[in-house]
Formats: sequence, structure tokens, C-alpha cells
Amino acid sequence: MRFQDVISIDDFRKEDIDYVLRVAERLEEELKKEGTLKYAKGKVLATLFFEPSTRTRLSFESAMHRLGGAVIGFAEASSTSVKKGESLMDTIRTVENYADVIVIRHPREGAARLAAEVARVPVINAGDGANQHPTQTLLDLYTIKKEFGKIDGLDIALLGDLKYGRTVHSLAKALSYYNVRLYFVAPKGLEMPRHIVEEISNKVEIVETSELEAVIPKVDVLYVTRIQKERFPDPAEYNKIKGSYRVDLKVLEKAKDTLKVMHPLPRVDEIAYEVDNTKYSAYFRQVWSGIPVRMALLGIVLGVIE
Amino acid sequence: MKELKVSAINKGTVIDHIPAGRGLKVLEILNLPKDSTILVAVNVRSGKLGRKDIIKVEGKILNEEEVNKIALIAPSATVNIIENWEVVEKRKVEIPNEIIGIIKCANPNCITHYEEVTPKFKVVSRKPLKLKCHYCERTMEEDTVLKHLL
Repeated sequence: MRFQDVISIDDFRKEDIDYVLRVAERLEEELKKEGTLKYAKGKVLATLFFEPSTRTRLSFESAMHRLGGAVIGFAEASSTSVKKGESLMDTIRTVENYADVIVIRHPREGAARLAAEVARVPVINAGDGANQHPTQTLLDLYTIKKEFGKIDGLDIALLGDLKYGRTVHSLAKALSYYNVRLYFVAPKGLEMPRHIVEEISNKVEIVETSELEAVIPKVDVLYVTRIQKERFPDPAEYNKIKGSYRVDLKVLEKAKDTLKVMHPLPRVDEIAYEVDNTKYSAYFRQVWSGIPVRMALLGIVLGVIE
Repeated sequence: MKELKVSAINKGTVIDHIPAGRGLKVLEILNLPKDSTILVAVNVRSGKLGRKDIIKVEGKILNEEEVNKIALIAPSATVNIIENWEVVEKRKVEIPNEIIGIIKCANPNCITHYEEVTPKFKVVSRKPLKLKCHYCERTMEEDTVLKHLL
């Protein structure tokens, strides 16, 4: 077993990431051949979602079922003892008696790290406030690798709210392990935080711009994120920005034939629906990637997959 | 040592060159046994610092780990180990690799504010001072660190 818990992408070395991607690939092959697998037979996953999430929870639960394991858990804190004032630490000490692995999403930053310190069973972070969502990053990398057969050598643009988006922060850090060129495309005021640019700029080439149009013809991957309305004090300013970062067929006219558009979802209107059925769209395959990647992570921390 | 206005000690530890006004905070952080004899001098004239605070702990030789806890708030401090009225060892305080307790996280949404857990920080850089919360992974710089002493 290479690691016990999955808390932060910062804990992962490049070889750990490559290992997860390799295991995920293998499991995906096995799934295709055999249907449901048996690696986690007799094991129980507890999904503790103190904050609602559709994709991540269902994806973890589906992954555990496909590994042959069972799932218990809750989808919101209001139906649990937390409402009676139970501490997170006590919840974890209770649940560890019921499950062999815990997946936690919590609104407070650092909750998953604390849970992992308290628990005797492995813990996987499914999002702790604005901090980390490491399994999203791993499935993003897996998607890129699947689409292109490699990560090295690609030109990758991250588009949208790069200031507040935890997804793009972790992804940028993880991509810096590879030989890629990164384009950070963000409206003024929502640029990638300086500390992240500084941290990775000695490892990868970075181009920062607010002009999407100029970047489109150059990139292999366009990773789109949502720009949240509430980030703008002036709604008129938001409307202006929103239009200029919307990815539609016109914007994609100058794109490389092989360009892949990705998105962590949910999308609002930053990618036009007309893009869905084109050769460019990879975002629903990206959703699928969550299954093999989370199967790999569950299998690794449970110690049932080498 | 007339200018110190506090008596010399036979055996123990003298923490000198504490920035003026932080002596009592340093004492609090050191968290010495209740029966310790301690002399504190506040606002003593100093060639290096203009004004400084000094703490003398009688009878107890503080080890490196104990003393380094004060490095965050008194980086200029020097530690003198006294035996038989003589200084037998002199060292500067050093910021340790990890800070446990002492300060709280500046991020109001950090889990450490909601659960019974001791805050813990990794020292990312000493000069300029930069700490990273072990839990929420936010970084704090020197001015923020000083505002969040426990």
C-alpha cells in the first residue's frame, strides 16, 4: 500500500499519481471485461456528506459497488447526530466501527485531515470547504491521459474563476509534475493566486492572459470552470465577463481538431449545449473517469489492490 | 550587571534580547512549572534593541525545544545557560520546523476553531516568516501570525 489516506493533492508525489492512474486504467479494463469486480467483497464504505453533493457521492458509491463492496452513509448533516451537537471527531470514532473506509465531505477546511488523524480506518477527502478535492484532480488527470494517451507535451488552458476555484488550484499543482505548458485564462480580479503561480512557475511554462480567443488555437485541453455571479459586486460587470468566456461553436472555430473541452461540472452556461455532441466535448467522459479513479483509490487504501 | 536591575542567578536560564513588551507573553508560552522562581525585567535599556525584556529562570536549564517555542514572538532572543554564576552556553533561538499550539489559525473556517484540536503549523519559510496550517493548508505571514497568538 503506497498511502493510507487521500486528503490533499499536496501529499501526492508524481509516482503516487502515476500509480493511481495505472491502477485506474487496469480496473477500467477489468470492469469492461467482467462487469462488477470482487476486490472489496465484504468491505463497507461509509460516505459522510456533511454538505450536499450529487456527483461526488454517487460516484464514490458507484465505485464501491463496482468493486463488490457495500455502502452506508448520509447525504446531509441535518439527518444526523451532528444536529444534536456531536463533534466531528466523535462522529468519526463512531462510524469507524461500522465501516472499513470513510469518504468525507465537510464544509470546514481541514476537516478531512482531522478525520484521518482520528480514524483507525482510511479516510478519503471528497471536499473540505474551499481547501481540497483531490479525487477530482486525479480524475481530471486520468481523463487527460485517456483522451491523449499521455499528459506530457500537452498545452492545457484553465479557464474561468481561477482565484476561488479549488479544482483549478489542485489541478495546476498536479499538472506541474508533468512536462506541459499551462495557460491561465481568467477575467481581471479572478486570476490564479500568486502563491500558486510562484510555487509551480519553476517547473512548468505558464502563460497568463484574459483573452480566451488568442489561446484557443494553441491548446490541446480547454478546462472550463464556472464564474460565480456572487464574485462580482456589479452585476453588469458579471454579464459582460460571462459573455466573453462562454465556450460555443463560434469560439471553437479556430480550435485544433483534437482539442478536448473539460469541465468539473455542474455547468451553468459557460459551455453552450451545442458543444456537447461535437468531437471537442470530453466533460461527460470526464464524469465516467470518476468511477475507475475512485475504485483505484478505494482499492488502494483498503489494501485490496496492489 | 548593575544596569539590569535584577540580581544574577547561580544556576538557570537567562533569556535576553526579548523585544520590549513581549516578555510576559514569552513567559506564558514557556509555560514553566508553577513552583519556578522567575525574574522578569521589562523595558530594560539595550544597545541592540533600544529597549528589551529579560527573563531569568532560576534553577532550571531550559532545553532547546522548550526555548524554541518562543522564537515566533521573540526571534531576536538569546539564551544563556548559567552554572556557578557563569554563562556556560549561549545560543540564539531558532524557529522549529513545526509549531504546535502557541498560535491559532487565521482562517475562520478552519476546522481547528470548531473541534477540540491543538492547532499545528508547518514552517514554510523562516525569513520572511510563513506558516502553513496542518489542517486547512492556508498560509500565514508574520504580521498575521503575531495577531493570532493563543
